[in-house]
Amino acid sequence: MSSLGATLSDSVVITKRNLIKVKRVPDLIVFATLSPIMFVLLCRYVFGGAIDLPPGINYAEFLLPGILAQTVVFGSTVTGASIAEDLQKGLIDRFRSLPMSRAAVLIGRTVADAGLNVISITVMALTGLAVGWRINSSVLEAAGGFLLLLVFAYAISWLMALVGLLVRTPEVVNNASFMVIFPLTFASNAFVPLESFPSVLQTFAEWNPVSTVVQGARELFGNTVPGAPVPDAWPLQNPVLYTLLWTAIILVVFVPLSVRAYRRTASR
Amino acid sequence: MSDAIVVEGLVKRFGATTALDGVDLTVTEGSVLGLLGPNGAGKTTVVRILTTLLVADGGRAEVAGLDVARDADAVRAAIGLTGQYAAVDEYLTGFENLEMVGRLYRLSRAEARTRAGELLERFDLTGAAARPAKTYSGGMRRRLDIAASLINRPRVLFLDEPTTGLDPRSRLAMWDFIAELADGGTTILLTTQYLEEADRLADRMVVIDRGRVIARGTADELKAQVGGERLELTVTDATALPGMAEVLRPLAVDEPQVDLAGRRLSMPVSGGAEVLAEALNRFDGGLAQIVDVGLRRPDLDDVFLALTGHAAEVATTDDDAPEAEAVPTGGVR
Repeated sequence: MSSLGATLSDSVVITKRNLIKVKRVPDLIVFATLSPIMFVLLCRYVFGGAIDLPPGINYAEFLLPGILAQTVVFGSTVTGASIAEDLQKGLIDRFRSLPMSRAAVLIGRTVADAGLNVISITVMALTGLAVGWRINSSVLEAAGGFLLLLVFAYAISWLMALVGLLVRTPEVVNNASFMVIFPLTFASNAFVPLESFPSVLQTFAEWNPVSTVVQGARELFGNTVPGAPVPDAWPLQNPVLYTLLWTAIILVVFVPLSVRAYRRTASR
Repeated sequence: MSDAIVVEGLVKRFGATTALDGVDLTVTEGSVLGLLGPNGAGKTTVVRILTTLLVADGGRAEVAGLDVARDADAVRAAIGLTGQYAAVDEYLTGFENLEMVGRLYRLSRAEARTRAGELLERFDLTGAAARPAKTYSGGMRRRLDIAASLINRPRVLFLDEPTTGLDPRSRLAMWDFIAELADGGTTILLTTQYLEEADRLADRMVVIDRGRVIARGTADELKAQVGGERLELTVTDATALPGMAEVLRPLAVDEPQVDLAGRRLSMPVSGGAEVLAEALNRFDGGLAQIVDVGLRRPDLDDVFLALTGHAAEVATTDDDAPEAEAVPTGGVR
């Protein structure tokens, strides 16, 4: 078997293993979807009346792409915690003692977590539709919007994989990633328009890839108003391109780093 | 017969700590080597290096004729590893666990399934095959873990403390499984803290402490290093012991030890049952106060205490020497 073929078949085996866990522990799915649903409802009805939006767009349409982005980015933190758990339980030792591809455990993990993200994104989109969100674009563009969210989250999964391999304790991985993910998603245009931010924070938010994922998704879902002001910053003017650039950079950096960490790790 | 495992001058450091300080050992093909040592001696580090999980800082190791550093993938295809913690996926069933490992050894789906079925049966897990491993007892998990390491019919099997944490019944069952594997011709390197386990399963033993080999040989050779048999007797009244020691001294090959608190006398002898009979003869009328008397051969616990006591003597100052010397007398048993 060629080494690419071997990597692929090993990755399929590992992906399957990870998805079986989702099937056996339905709580995982229930909570992965309940909290975003709650989030949609809370934001829609708590912030909904308080946030100034340009005329012609309702808050549900503004909010949904933002919440979708936040959810998939949070969803990708699961990767780190799961890998740390496998390390703790000695499973990574077992895999490393097998003549299997050195990348397959990480590929199988990130792909399975992307699968989880597909599920939660679907549930949230349906909830969104129920509270007033609408897709005002073509099917192809809308599909592009979902894809953009998932691809960006997939890249974050690889970053989280490295965190999991280095930090090694699931609880610590969770806390560490929340410390990074919370500021990244809140210091963005996900929940409120950037105009209300102080200037330094506004500049950060304009270059924050989470903002461009959100902006890109809004454009692809048709949740923007023609003529409504988009900040002049280049990333927000080219949100899809900027997001894909970030995605590529994260993957180019963190796939090799994570695989290298995997080769060297061993539970203690 | 050739050697399935050859280790020469193995060195491993973790930061400032030297975990292995020049370990040499060989395991003849088809035999069982017991790697003994206290916690932190370096047993697991040896296993990790031989199973390609860790890279050594010095020395050389070959498993199944392959260099563990240069031919890591070929080594992985030839070995099986059962680590200290049962490395099974709790959410998969027993069958799924084995099928997964089989697939990762690049067996075809059909082969992986057949092999999984065979091994489940062999390890008495057929009834639990369709249940997630989460529901298994500790002993069942260990069995599943060993089964997983056998999927590819490894030439060399590494068992890192395979019975730690098991209840006595599961431990006995595990011993039977391991003995059966050894009879089938698998080369096994077994680490353990339990001397009884090594005594029962291993053909040869290597004792390590603080990253160095401090003794090696068969169980009998190690026992002979500590000394031969001892005569031990326990009495009802400790004040009689010094007098008895005087009476028995001519029969001993070394000074008798008296343990007043334990109401016990112990002395090295040679000559077996004749010495025992002679000793009892000398008491004649005083037999009534003897609670227990017998000859005892040293077991591996004695060996271990003696060896690690000796190691402490070498490593530390002279002040420790009398204490270390006192250890082998075994007065505290």
